Formats: sequence, C-alpha cells, structure tokens
Amino acid sequence: MIELDNVGYSYGGGELLGDVSVQLAPGSFHFLTGPSGAGKTTLLKLCYGALQPTAGQVRVFDEDMRKLDRDQMALMRRRIGVVHQDCRFLDHLPLSENIALPLLVSGKDLNGEEENLRELMKWVGLAPRADALPPELSGGERQRAALARAVIMSPDVVIADEPTGNVDWEMSQRLLQLLVELNRMGKTVLIASHDLGLIRAAKSQVQARVLRISNRRLQLAGADL
Amino acid sequence: MSAGTIRSLLMGDKQADRVVPPTGFTARLTLFVSGAMAFLAVFALALSLASGRLADRWADELARSATLRINAPADQMADQTMMALEILRQTPGVAEARALTAEEQTALLSPWFGPNLPIDTLPVPQLIEVRETDEGYDQAGLRLRLSAEVPGAVLDDHTRWRDPLVAAATSLRRLALVSILLIGGATAAMITLAANAALAANAQVIEVLRLVGARDRFIASAFVRRFTLRALIGSSVGVVLGMGGVLLLPEASQEGGFLTGLGFRGVGWLLPLAVPIMGAAVAFAATWAAAHRTLKELT
Repeated sequence: MIELDNVGYSYGGGELLGDVSVQLAPGSFHFLTGPSGAGKTTLLKLCYGALQPTAGQVRVFDEDMRKLDRDQMALMRRRIGVVHQDCRFLDHLPLSENIALPLLVSGKDLNGEEENLRELMKWVGLAPRADALPPELSGGERQRAALARAVIMSPDVVIADEPTGNVDWEMSQRLLQLLVELNRMGKTVLIASHDLGLIRAAKSQVQARVLRISNRRLQLAGADL
Repeated sequence: MSAGTIRSLLMGDKQADRVVPPTGFTARLTLFVSGAMAFLAVFALALSLASGRLADRWADELARSATLRINAPADQMADQTMMALEILRQTPGVAEARALTAEEQTALLSPWFGPNLPIDTLPVPQLIEVRETDEGYDQAGLRLRLSAEVPGAVLDDHTRWRDPLVAAATSLRRLALVSILLIGGATAAMITLAANAALAANAQVIEVLRLVGARDRFIASAFVRRFTLRALIGSSVGVVLGMGGVLLLPEASQEGGFLTGLGFRGVGWLLPLAVPIMGAAVAFAATWAAAHRTLKELT
C-alpha cells in the first residue's frame, strides 16, 4: 500500500528523519511512536503526500509519489483517510456536511450516500450532533468527526495522527475500538501515538506492529511493550 | 482551458458553492466596482462611437464639396457668376454646380448678423456650391482657368479646415478606446485584489479541501464562480444605468454642434450589452489566475 524506501527528510539544514524504510502491507495495523518532536507527524505527512521526502522514495499504491501531478495527488488522497492532529473543519458548515465533504469534493451524489452518512454518524456516536457547527463540538467529538470524515470515502488506508491526543481514557478506548473495527474490515491502519497504554490495549485486540522513531531512525519495536 | 472546463466552472452546484463561507463585504465591493466600471465603459463607448461617426460625417460631407466665392462689383456680379457656372459645367469631375439664392445666403449669415439686417444692401459675395464626382476634378487647372476668366472667383475646397476637424475627432475616438482598455485593466486589477483577499481569508478552507482530496479545479471554481457572477450582476446594473444616462443626453441638433448626438444610434445600442459579458470574462480570468497562484503554493 505505502512503501518508504530509504526516505529522509531535512529542513533548514538539519536532518529530521533518515534512512526510513518501511512497508505498510494491505490490512496491516501499525503504531508509530516516539518522543514528541521526533518526527511522527512528518513521517505521516510523507505517507500522504503533504510533504515530499528530501531523500529516498515514497511509493503509494505502487506509484512514485514524486511523479504524481496535483490532480493525481488529489485522487490519491481520496484513497487515504487522514485524521489530523488538529482536525480542522469548515467552521461555517454543520457537522454532517463536514463529514460528507470528501464525497462532495469528489463529485459523488450526496443524496445517494445519505443512508451511509447517517449510519457512519451513528457508528461514531455523533448522530444527535449532525446539525452542530464544528466550533461547538468537544475535543472527543471533533476527533470522532475527523475519523468519520476520514473513512466516508471507504479509503484503503486510514492514517491517524494522535487521534487520542486530547480526549480522556474512555474516549480514546472508543476511538481505538473504531480503528480496530476499520482494520477488521480490511483497511490498512497507521496511528501515530505516544500513548503506550493505548498501544497495549490495541495489542490485545489486533495484531499491531509498533514502529518507533529514535535518533532520526525508524525501528521496529520488539515485544517489549 | 477547454470549453467544458469553463462550463463546469460556471455551472457548478449550490452545494459546492457552500464550501466557501459567504463574505458580504467583498461581495458588495466587487459588485460596486464592476458596476461603476461598466457605467464608465458605457460612456467611453458612446464617446468613441460618436466621435467615430463625427469624423466619418465630416470627412464624407466635406470631401465631396467645394465652394466658389465670387467677389465682384455689384454690376459685374451676375455676369461673373454666369461665367463661373459655365466654366464649372465644362470642367470634367464636377457633378453639380449651383449658385446659392439670396434667401439661402441670408440664412447662412443670419446667425452672425441677426435676422433683421438687410443683407441685400451689403456687398455680399456670391457663393457657388460645387459637388464633385467620385473621380474629382483637376484643382490646379480649374484655379488657373478661373483666375484668367473670372478674376473675382476664389475656390475653397474645404480641405484646409476639414483635416484638423477630422484629426480631432479621430484622436477623441482613440482616447475613448484607450479609456475602455484602461477600464478593463482596472477592473481586472481590482477583481484580482478582491479575489486574493478572499483566497487569503479562506486559506484554512482551501487547505481542508485540499486535504480531503479536492482537485484544484473544484477549489478554484468555487471562487471563480462567485466573482464572475458578481462582476456580471454588477456590470449589468452599471450598463443599465449608463445607458439610461446616455439616453438622457440631448439629441443631435444644429444648434448644439458636435457636442450633441453623443449617444448611440441604431444597432450601436446593442454594443453596451457586451460590457457585462466582457466584465464577467475579465473577472473569470482574473480570479482563475489568482486562485491558481494561491493553490500552487499548497501541497
């Protein structure tokens, strides 16, 4: 699905990541962990094309990311659902339209997808909040809305950046539950998190592999977690 | 950009338009600017058409005519007039020569001397109106012959005072055309500024759209459609007001001279209707370029 081959990323003369090689196989479940500022978000951005590597090659769906033009990049993003750390929305549109936004921008018939949308909102527990504006939502609600928006196009890959960053333990369990369910449906999942408790909780439910960034290198963490 | 792209940009759908939050203030400014510019464009257009008409009319009316003036003592006046008419009749290239009657001469002079002056008591020269054929006549030859046979005759072929008038009308027209171009350029500049402001104000919206997989065309069209429609509506209103203003200008008249008759004539009235279309096209191009400049900076 996503392959990083000797990828490096530097900015302003300093190297943030180097020699990163990893393959996300279809249906796999990966955690990405490491101290704050280690480059977790950068690595995720390299995976969905928000950043271009300064060295090495990123291949997404068997295509060299660098060779994609802007339209192809947009099409590629429709196949990768991303839950951003700060989950930004269009603040003037109600939640249901925000969640349906990927459908709208890809020209799908919204009326035909209404049933899907309703079900998805029920799945993330936001059905009663359908008409709320994003600024009115709590942190947990925003995270779940972002997840719903990320998966509405039924993407092949779901990438989440600290999805449990600012929610309590119970809510993070619920979000994890949703991601595990997605993985069981066959989606490739990649979650950046420094919450070891969450990772342990996940390992009991799904065969998750843990990637750790340390000293600018990516390592496959052992069973020590 | 293909016709299909332009069509899909302009058609769009209501729902897609909602992704960009409505902005009352820039919307009103764009409407006002395009309206004002269209209003000015209508007047520049009217001026250009009228001065063009004026130049053509002067050139046309005066080119084919000349005047023969006979200054002679009263007792020889009739003889010399007869003689001059005879010579003109024999000259190849003269279509018609006609001595003005006393009433006609009085009418020509009355604006200067008033209607009550007894002109027949004054030594007024006799005027002969000469109309040329398309080929024209040999001026030098005619002058030579006249000076020999009718000593009091002076041939005035109008070229002397026709040329500066036509030149003035022509440069007036050129000025009006330059004004129209400047108005178009100023409209483009102002809509570019407004579009850039709107794009900057909606940077977050654009970023979110890009991240959920919107293509540049989708994002750009949300803005392009708005500004094109605003320019179209604004300039339509401006054109209607401008045409109303032109309609109120005084009709062409003898007394008003060249300052009247500045409006449109006949099919000329259809020309200002192209102004809103041009305005919309300018807005379309300006917003499209601005949107693409902004989008290129995003991944």
